Amino acid sequence: MAGDKVVVLGTYGSMFSMRVQVALAEKGIEYENKEEDLANKSPLLLEVNPVHKKIPVLIHNGKPVCESLIIVQYIDEVWHDKNPLLPSDPYQRAQARFWADFVDKKVYDCGRRIWATKGEEKEAAKKEFIGIMKTLEGELGNKPYFGGEDFGYVDVALIPFYCWFHAYENFGNFKTETECPKLVEWAKRCMQRESVSKSLADPHKIYEFVVSLKKKLGIE
Amino acid sequence: MAKEDVLLLDFWVSPFCSRVKIALAEKGVAYQQRGEDIFGGKSELFLKSNPIYQKVPVLLHDGKPMCESTNIVQYIDETWPSPPLLPSSAYDRARARFWADFIDKKLFDAGGNIWKTKGEDQAAAKKELIQILKYLEGGLGDKDYFGGDSFGFVDIIAIPLTNWFFAYEKFGNFKVEEECPKFAAWTKRCLGRESVAKTLPDPQQVFEFVSMMRKMHGIE
Repeated sequence: MAGDKVVVLGTYGSMFSMRVQVALAEKGIEYENKEEDLANKSPLLLEVNPVHKKIPVLIHNGKPVCESLIIVQYIDEVWHDKNPLLPSDPYQRAQARFWADFVDKKVYDCGRRIWATKGEEKEAAKKEFIGIMKTLEGELGNKPYFGGEDFGYVDVALIPFYCWFHAYENFGNFKTETECPKLVEWAKRCMQRESVSKSLADPHKIYEFVVSLKKKLGIE
Repeated sequence: MAKEDVLLLDFWVSPFCSRVKIALAEKGVAYQQRGEDIFGGKSELFLKSNPIYQKVPVLLHDGKPMCESTNIVQYIDETWPSPPLLPSSAYDRARARFWADFIDKKLFDAGGNIWKTKGEDQAAAKKELIQILKYLEGGLGDKDYFGGDSFGFVDIIAIPLTNWFFAYEKFGNFKVEEECPKFAAWTKRCLGRESVAKTLPDPQQVFEFVSMMRKMHGIE
């Protein structure tokens, strides 16, 4: 759309920021990326997201949209003629929203507990994480993507977590590939898409970030 | 559409189930309803239809199950388009989803913290609930409903939760109307709608249910 101004407030390494970047890239939309320092939030961020004060925020022609999955749906609806992310059938859409919501409810918190805890708590988090991944693998089944033949909404919701697997695996002492080979196959398939490979953070940088975060938080 | 095509797995006091009932009533959709005994034995259909969370509501349309009330209400809106519950512009839809998500993340849990606690914890919980309602008052602005002139999506997501306010007020010793008069006015306006008035249980019965829950939790 000519004259569209799109700004994204995000942070490097945030899976939620990455969802927005993947979606915009799928649609071929140019945008300005503004990196936020979460320890020192910009006045702009506080103005456009006064309720949660969180990233990502998409600002489209001056109007802000918050919450990553809501942003992805917005992107899909505004730029609907290219690479549709949500299915057109209402039942399939309900299923897609359910699974994206499942990812939101489960993956981040559990992943965080793997690196932020020790001993029994860590072991429990690891087991839970593998359980969640197996459930997602079950939902994927034999399809190339969660969306079926085409990369879609649930794929966008989940794929950014893939660059955090290296950190989770190091701290949790496991390999997702061993536990959930089909899921890792799916992730590698997604990584072949330019929208994904250009948007996802470097797993090694994520690992280093977690190491320094643990030091800062005083977690061994 | 024949009545048997739409089945709701329900629990009488659940505000999440009420959301679905109100949406179906607004659309004039006939449906069957089945009460699930969530404390006793869960039915086979229920466990099969929602294996992930094992929670109500579940809507089965032509035998196909859908879970998560906010998700179900969107499905209802997309399947039976008249009258529309979500706004027509992508930006307004994103705003509506934002408020629904905010309500989902915050409101019921904040209320729960009021009846589940005492003393300082309860005082903090009350403060939190009032803050949430003030944010919602901001979202409402000077409009009759969250969507503007017509009762819609966000109103449906929010109004059943207010059905539990009488219980919160009794246990927390406060009145929502005194703290948030705009929100209270919106509540009264929604309760004037037949779909809402005929769906929501008697607040006194909800209070008795919550009293029973307090005893079960060992709270005096």
